Amino acid sequence: MAHAYTPGLKVLHHAKVEKNRRLPIKGEITKQVGDLLKPEDVVAKTDLPGNVQMLKVANVLNIGPADVPDVMLVGEGDKVNKGQMIAETEGFFGFFKSNVKSPIDGTVESISDVTGQIVMREAPIPVEVDAYMSGTVKEIIPDEGVIVEAEAAFIQGIFGIGGESRGTMEILVDNREQELTTDLLNESHKGKIVVGGSFVNLETYKKALSLQIAGIVVGGFNYYDLEEILGYTLGVAITGSEDLVTSLIVTEGFGNIRMGSRTFDLLNKENGKFVSINGATQIRAGVIRPEIVIPLQESEIPDTSAHKSDDRGIGEGSLVRIIRAPYFGKMGEVVSLPPELQQMESETMVRVAEVKIDSGVLNIPRANLEMVETD
Amino acid sequence: MELRSILATDCGSTTTKAILIQKIDGEYRLSYRGEAPTTVEAPFEDVTRGVLNAVMEVEELASRKILKGDEIMTPQNGEEGVDIYISTSSAGGGLQMMVAGVVKSMSGESAERAALGAGSIVMDVMASNDGRLPHEKIKRIRDLRPDMILLSGGIDGGTVSHVVELAEILHAANPKPRLGQNYKLPVIYAGNNKAQDQIRDTLGEMVDLDITENIRPVLERENLEPSRDKIHDLFMEHVMQQAPGYKKLMSWTDAPIMPTPGAVGSLIEMIAEKEKITVVGVDIGGATTDIFSVFQGKFNRTVSANLGMSYSICNVLAESGLDNVLRWVPFDIDRKELTNRIGNKMIRPTTVPQSLEELFIEQAIAREALRLSFKQHKEFATSLKGVQKERTISDAFDQSSSGESLVNMMELDLLVGSGGVLSHAPRREQSARMLIDSFMPEGITQLAVDSIFMMPQLGVLANIEKEELAADARAAALEVFHKDCLIHLGTCIAPIGNVKKDTLVLTAEFTFSDGKKVYHELKKDELFRFEAPYEPISAVLKPDKKMDIGSGKGEPIETTVHGGVVGLILDGRSRPISIPTASDDRLAALKNWSEAVNEYPNKNNNK
Repeated sequence: MAHAYTPGLKVLHHAKVEKNRRLPIKGEITKQVGDLLKPEDVVAKTDLPGNVQMLKVANVLNIGPADVPDVMLVGEGDKVNKGQMIAETEGFFGFFKSNVKSPIDGTVESISDVTGQIVMREAPIPVEVDAYMSGTVKEIIPDEGVIVEAEAAFIQGIFGIGGESRGTMEILVDNREQELTTDLLNESHKGKIVVGGSFVNLETYKKALSLQIAGIVVGGFNYYDLEEILGYTLGVAITGSEDLVTSLIVTEGFGNIRMGSRTFDLLNKENGKFVSINGATQIRAGVIRPEIVIPLQESEIPDTSAHKSDDRGIGEGSLVRIIRAPYFGKMGEVVSLPPELQQMESETMVRVAEVKIDSGVLNIPRANLEMVETD
Repeated sequence: MELRSILATDCGSTTTKAILIQKIDGEYRLSYRGEAPTTVEAPFEDVTRGVLNAVMEVEELASRKILKGDEIMTPQNGEEGVDIYISTSSAGGGLQMMVAGVVKSMSGESAERAALGAGSIVMDVMASNDGRLPHEKIKRIRDLRPDMILLSGGIDGGTVSHVVELAEILHAANPKPRLGQNYKLPVIYAGNNKAQDQIRDTLGEMVDLDITENIRPVLERENLEPSRDKIHDLFMEHVMQQAPGYKKLMSWTDAPIMPTPGAVGSLIEMIAEKEKITVVGVDIGGATTDIFSVFQGKFNRTVSANLGMSYSICNVLAESGLDNVLRWVPFDIDRKELTNRIGNKMIRPTTVPQSLEELFIEQAIAREALRLSFKQHKEFATSLKGVQKERTISDAFDQSSSGESLVNMMELDLLVGSGGVLSHAPRREQSARMLIDSFMPEGITQLAVDSIFMMPQLGVLANIEKEELAADARAAALEVFHKDCLIHLGTCIAPIGNVKKDTLVLTAEFTFSDGKKVYHELKKDELFRFEAPYEPISAVLKPDKKMDIGSGKGEPIETTVHGGVVGLILDGRSRPISIPTASDDRLAALKNWSEAVNEYPNKNNNK
């Protein structure tokens, strides 16, 4: 049977989800293998080197760089306090002395007789990494972090903004075609992850921000409106570091597009659960998609083994979604994968898949298909 | 030794491409090509796997044994193996550098030119006068994690303290290399020779310091070659050693592996020098657009890091503005709908235009991406800044100053395009139109595309230094470049000047080798194309008295031009090209220009 590799998004009722929780630099691990974790538990911590301040002592005192070491009152490695005098000239018979005071609390790192400047470092900045989702510690990465594992339902979106967030999930629409509108949001949703159907507009998103809703999961959003939220035009799809109260996960794409039925059904099934979401998206080599992790209780884990990713790509019978105009958003089943190149309306010659949609069969470039990975 | 067969690969970030060049009947020709996914990332983590797969495809197509087990057989033995194997690489994100100089527009710019010329991506240019505070610079260096740093500044024998200050900032940042934790970051010092000892004292222990000749020994002269060579050496010695499988790959090749854009640049430089022509080359990719040029014998390269056709497509929209993209779209579309479509291409970067409308939109964005990249290139490719010019009384009314762009479109002889949207456009006429609309050539300019992006392999071939091979290798690179690499689209003939609408701007007469003649009177804003093969065609071009076709206003030219797969294009549009703003007029103009070159299929016939 013919196969074509087409990356797809995951919509899984049961998967073993693993998360690397790493420190930016080496540090201390606070958990053991097998420990049970709640999302807010700290798993590793460290101190980042403090910020550096450079001070041109020679300029301030109006002396030559070579004379700087002679006027310093502190040496390399010494601790200094903000406002403490760190250098002083001899003056003229003890009069007219000039001095330099430390602008920070920190340590003197170096004193240069070439440039006449000194380098001072502020106190270290503590950093902690939490577990992000409920689960267990599967593995320790020595000095760097842990791998957290959870049995969970797992859904990937196509694009998101805002970083990690968590809360109780609440579906606010009756069906996947329904837009998430302002009237559906109220004070009770504060700190929750709310799910809409096809679309959320800018006004509704802003209301969610003001209500401090933790996250929104929805089918589509206008690319046009991102600028007002982010404060800049998003040029490349690398997100996750935005400082937003409400993370946004779009499951289908830009525009008003009803949420995929499998995604909507699965979210509906897990309605009311405590979930962890991450809007971080990176579309480059080493792609990262936004995600919704819904940890399962022991009793909810099905007997069948967890879903393993199928890397073979699409084949006959695969469920696919069309991801480019003119049939954008439609879902269907692959009937066949003819090997020869075919000419499209644009005259582009491509390999196609014959896809059964509703009652007809369409020829779609394979590159414009996305496999919907389900279990 | 006579070179009979050459195997060359280019390990790109997604695909590894292999070509086989053979000497057949005294001519070097491309005989076969194969490709396979690059295998730098998990689960393979060995670049040679992808190389072997691509070579295996060549083996199958050529019915020729090249591999023996997992090794390339060299030299050729009977009909088996190849005489030499060479490779370029941009896998794993290419070579990412940070450069530093004392004055941003002087040593900073020279350092940037050296790094770009060596084929690297310049992540940041740090300078004493760049307006950032020391702690901001330190944070930036820490966040960037470059593969290599080039530090320059000061003329030889000049002030020491400024460049040492930069070194102190580097020291405080304690930069770490991007790949691998177990080696020191390579830093090249190419600044004031008087400061070498202090630089050694400041940085010597923390980084892997290499000292070379000053990039700007005196204000009036740049000396980029030593730094460029050093970058290539360190790329091989350090950066490549960290990438999975490269040690093995390096042991296979008969010449050092070059960064892909470095190889392309050196090929373009060689062609310009050998044929005494001016060249602009462009490679438009999904994330970045590279532009190379040789004007007045000076080579320049720029990378527009966030102008591309998929990953960075929204950035093209952001930088050019929606109206500039829309002006090229030949049908009415709602603005929100258009931005959503472009956004969807960004988040699903591998999709292809199935409908004609989607192709229109994609090629409209390509025009803007190319235009913006070329604008950046023109701003960067300048004469040296900060140079005092001796002026005589005759220069008193001349406005020229230092730092002027070297790019002069009237002087441009050859414009070469490559990258998916140009090389794989369904019709070659579309590639020609995109090149003309975005680069806006003036006078007489030949247009070409690199059909399968073979320039990297030919570039490394042209750079083989082994004495016994060098001459043959260069000859082979040039021969294949002309015969197999370039697809000659034709020549654009565009008179320049300001005249009123409907004025006759040029009368042109062409005589083909078989005696056939074509005569045309070109009007302002008209685009006219006729078929003409790639052969010498005599041309007599008479511009209007206010128009210039290369010899000055109103001056006629008798010359030889070449056609190509598209033919000869006479372009009567102004520079920059003015597109009517009223919607109906704009659509009518776009339709006329399109039909003049048979750019798109007639949608109604095609349905």
